[in-house]
Order: sequence, then C-alpha cells, then structure tokens
Amino acid sequence: MQRTMFDKIWDRHVITGETGAPQLIYVDLQLVHEVTSPQAFEGLRENNRQVRRTDKTFATMDHNVPTKDIFNIKDQIARKQIDTLGHNAKEFGVRLAGMGDVDQGIVHVIGPQLGLTQPGMVIVCGDSHTATHGAFGSIAFGIGTSEVEHVMATQTIWQTKPKTTGIHVHGKMPKGVYAKDIIMGIIAREGVAFGTGQAVEFYGDTIENMSMEERMTLCNMAIEGGAKMGNVQPDQTTFDYVAGRKYAPKNMDKATEYWSQFYTDSPEAFDRIIDFDVTQLAPYITWGTNPGMAVPVDGQFPAINNDDDQKAYDYVGMTPGDKPSDIKIEFAFFGSCTNGRLSDMKIAAEALKGHHIAEGVTALVVPGSRTIKEEAEKIGLDKIFKDAGCDWRDPGCSACLGMNPDQVPAGVHCASTSNRNFEGRQGAGSRTHLASPAMVAAAAINGHFIDIRKETA
Amino acid sequence: MEPITIVTNKSVPLMNDNIDTDQLIPKQFLKNILKVGFGKNLFYDWRYLAPNKPNPDFILNHDERKDARILITGENFGCGSSREHAVWALKDYGFRVVIAGGYSDIFYMNSTKNGLLAIVLPKEQRDILAKAGADEEVVVDLPNQEVRYRDDHFKFDIDPLWKNKFINGLDDIAITMQYEDKIREYEAKIPNFD
Ligand code: SF4
Repeated sequence: MQRTMFDKIWDRHVITGETGAPQLIYVDLQLVHEVTSPQAFEGLRENNRQVRRTDKTFATMDHNVPTKDIFNIKDQIARKQIDTLGHNAKEFGVRLAGMGDVDQGIVHVIGPQLGLTQPGMVIVCGDSHTATHGAFGSIAFGIGTSEVEHVMATQTIWQTKPKTTGIHVHGKMPKGVYAKDIIMGIIAREGVAFGTGQAVEFYGDTIENMSMEERMTLCNMAIEGGAKMGNVQPDQTTFDYVAGRKYAPKNMDKATEYWSQFYTDSPEAFDRIIDFDVTQLAPYITWGTNPGMAVPVDGQFPAINNDDDQKAYDYVGMTPGDKPSDIKIEFAFFGSCTNGRLSDMKIAAEALKGHHIAEGVTALVVPGSRTIKEEAEKIGLDKIFKDAGCDWRDPGCSACLGMNPDQVPAGVHCASTSNRNFEGRQGAGSRTHLASPAMVAAAAINGHFIDIRKETA
Repeated sequence: MEPITIVTNKSVPLMNDNIDTDQLIPKQFLKNILKVGFGKNLFYDWRYLAPNKPNPDFILNHDERKDARILITGENFGCGSSREHAVWALKDYGFRVVIAGGYSDIFYMNSTKNGLLAIVLPKEQRDILAKAGADEEVVVDLPNQEVRYRDDHFKFDIDPLWKNKFINGLDDIAITMQYEDKIREYEAKIPNFD
C-alpha cells in the first residue's frame, strides 16, 4: 500500500486505538507559551500531577510581551500571565526561555531555531500556527489548553487520524513572488476551509527548491486554509538546517538515516490532490477580513456575493472594483511567525534600503526572536530600518494580534506580513492587508500597495 | 466534567458562517489564568456597543433568548485561533449544545474536553431549527443521537468515544493513565541520536 510521509510518522506514534477512531498518539515535543498554559498548569496542580517529560517540553513568552522597554509590563493581566509562566516553569521543572533570554521569541520561530523541531516528530503547542513546524517533515498541530494539560501529564494525545491532501506546487517562482504569495494564492483560489481538519503536504519542484524559512512560511499559513497541519517532506535542505543547532541530535548520521524513511511513496497515497502552478503567480494582498479574501496585486476587489462579503467591505471601508493601490496604507507591520525570520528581515531591509517610508506611515519591525534580532543587528539591518523611518523592536508576537501595546489604530489600513486579517485582529477597528515582506516594504514607502514586479523587472 | 444526556431547552439562532474564535471571545479577554468568567464577554464585539452598553439588536441580548442553552449556527464554526477560551466562554455563558454545519478541528476537540456538545446538522435542518420561537423547546437527545423540534427528528453522528465521555462526564487524563504500561513500552523504543 502506498503511504504518505504523514501516514508513516503517524503510524509510528500510535500507542493504542484503530484508524478511524480516536487513537492515543505519542508526543515528542510540546512547546508552551504564556497565554494557553496557565489553566493547564493549574489543572495539574489541582490533581496533584507532574509534567511527565520535562525533557520534551519547552516554554517561552511571546504573545503578551512588550517589544519596547520589555521589563516594564504595564498591562497588569499580561504581567500576571508572564509571571505565572515563570513560576509554573520553575515549579514543574520545565525549560524556559524567559524575558530577555537570548533564546526567547515567538514559539514557532524558536523551536526550529534551537533545533528542537526535527523531522519525524509529533509536535504540539497550544497555538494554531504550530503548523509551521511541519516544514521539517514532522506532524505538528495546534491544541487547546485541556490538551496541553493532557500532554503535560501523559506525553500523549487522543487524535483521530486526519485525511491527507497533497498540494503539487510546481514551476519557477517569478521575480517579486514569494512563499507567502503561494500560500495566499492557494487559499484565495481554494477557500478558507479547503483543508478543514486535514494533513496537507506541499510537494513538487518549487518546494524542493525552497529554503527552510520559505517552507515554514508556507506551512505556517496552511492553517488559514482550514488545514490541521502543513507538511513538507524532509530532505537534505532540512537536515542541513537542523545540524549543529543547540538541541539538534549529536549523532546526525544516525538521525538522518532515521529521518530519511519519512517520505511519501507516491502522490497516489494522498486522499486528494490539488495542483498549483506558480509560473504566472502574482504577489497577493488581502482586501477583506479573512485570508481567503485576497486578490493578485494587479487585480480588483470582487463583487459582493454574500453577507460575509458585505460585512467585510463595511469593515475595511473599501468597495468592489477598488484596486490594491487604492488602499491608503498608514501602518506597516514586519514580523510574526509567518514572516519574522532573518530572511524576511533581509528582504524587507533590501526593499527599504535608500528609501524612507511615506509621510504619515508608522512602521514596526519586530524580529521573531532575540537571536534573529542580534543577527540582524550584526549585519546592520537595524540601521537600514531605522534610516528608513521604521521602529526597530524587541521580539514577540506584537501587532500580529495586538495583545501587547503594539496595535493598529481603529480605521487605519495596515500592510502586514502576518497571517490573519480578522476583524479587530491587530487592534479594535484595525484594517489588515496581508502580504509578503517585500510588498509590505513597498507599500510603506509609497503609502499604498504597488506592483513590485514592475520595479524589480 | 458535568455529564450530558438529554438537553431540553430554548435555542438561539446565529446563522452566520465562519464565526471565528476572535468573534467568540476577543483577545483582550484572554489574559486570565482561570477557566471561568469568560461568558460575559462572549461575542463581545457584536453584543456590546460600548463597554457595559449592550447592543439591543443583537439576538443574545433579547430578553426572551437570554436563557437559551442551545446555539444554532452556520458553517465552519469556531475557526481561527486555537484558543480554548472560545469554548469556555460559550460554556460559561450557559450554552450546553452548539448545532452547526461544521467546526474547525481544534474547536471541536476543545468542545469534547469541556462538555460542550457540538453537533453537525445539514443546512436544511438547521434552517428549520432556526425558526424555533423564543418560547419553544428543542430537545437534544444524546443517547439516541437525535435533535427533536415539533414533529421533526434529526439524527446526528458522534464518535462512540466522545459519546461515552459526554454521557459519563469522564476526565481525559484519568482515562489515558490506564494506558501507562503501553506508554512506557513506547518510550523504551524511541530512537536515541546522542
Ligand atoms: S506571531 Fe501571531 S500567529 Fe504567530 S504565534 Fe504569535 S500571535 Fe500567533
């Protein structure tokens, strides 16, 4: 029988149960952050339970943290969650990259960066963008707080095996088009529920030629198409990326040999296949209030087909037939677990170099981790950003969800490298337009979106 | 966990599709370290015009719907972030059952952990239920896997494992701990690359 990479990893992790019914699955790594963990630790405490495998658990602080003056948390409840994680980690013996620690950062950025994320693993975290880690050829998905508690107590989780979708991504990426545009293009075409509950695997020559960071961007947003996870089969690019990192295996030969068994036998093994040719792909931007409400940069906003469209237009204050260049951009956000890695910072800096952001635009640059911040500063990116008029910050989730003071004001249009444009996501009344770092940089410079292919052609 | 068998109660229809977790409980209310107290902020942006100023047009604010325990809604309910607070908010508000066209996977799993019965029914059937008046009762019969309203009986599916958990109000961790031997056996076989 033909099997997918996903099937092979899954089957290896089943402790009990039959396919089709909930099965008990072993978890190799649980990542923990301050927002979805307090109730889980509280539950353990109430029932006199321990964290079963502290060596397979790693915590950091990201959602709430200030990105400026980081030890001065004004929001009392945010401070309480951050302090609570500190106490809990200590009490239960969980490793923690706390405030100011060089390893601190967005949970989905630091897992790969520290070599904690490895092929063939089952990885969970109380956060939907856990899908990011699937880029390494692992099974990685977001869970709720009760499940966080369950994994802490038992190192296992009950799950029903999902169906699989293979997305065949092929062709050479045009100039000015990035991994972000591929996933936005897929969601725009297939809808925000195309992958509901499924294990989606991206494969094809375009994927094989991608760096790990690009693969992470792609898998990260698979969740916006409803998928439970987004995967890429591990290859030499993956092994090279993991090698030498802080928590990477010491015996890489042995590890690589083990990881190499996790490949998809043939596309026939998928329950369904979607074909996506990138050769004519354009940069994408979202106009509305879900990631599927997106158009190519040279397109027009669509007609109103239902109440949701009407509601979205009312919210963003735009009209059908408007073009991306008609949006008045007054805020730009560079960061998040989608596009907050060093390569993204480099792309944005490249575009901003020698330019200044338009008058009336506020631009925040928030590296995904403290290590990325330090690396970026070493090569002078911070200077480029500051010279261009951007605000260079400390790491965290920041304006991706505005749980800290970094929020987009009501009614303001924000060009954002993050992953969600839901109502109020970046602050009450904020109007988010998702795009790649290069597109956001160009929008910040011009005060509106432009077709970067024309400039870079 | 509180067991659920037969819920006979009033319902409230909110038929939008794709109601996401940001709508169910906006992020400014997540900064809590307990599981209770979220109900008053459920559907916050729709329910209030300003802090402490309920929107009189929003159906949950209608006096005659206030004690409804069954929510009838659209497709892809609970999409978006994985926050379990969305389920806690629905439960804390008082909902025991949600009837939608489908759920995000994470939301569904969270509902099974917290005793919120999430049922899937097709649109035609939900449209009939949505017509139930504020004074009419809808019966959700879990043992018989059936929703009853006036003369209609709508069958629904549920995994036997979840059904058993709901009916008996079981705690997940305790169930799993019965497999301790098997977990240990598995752990002994995990490859080591050091
Ligand atoms: S950066 Fe945004 S999407 Fe990623 S984990 Fe943080 S809040 Fe979630």
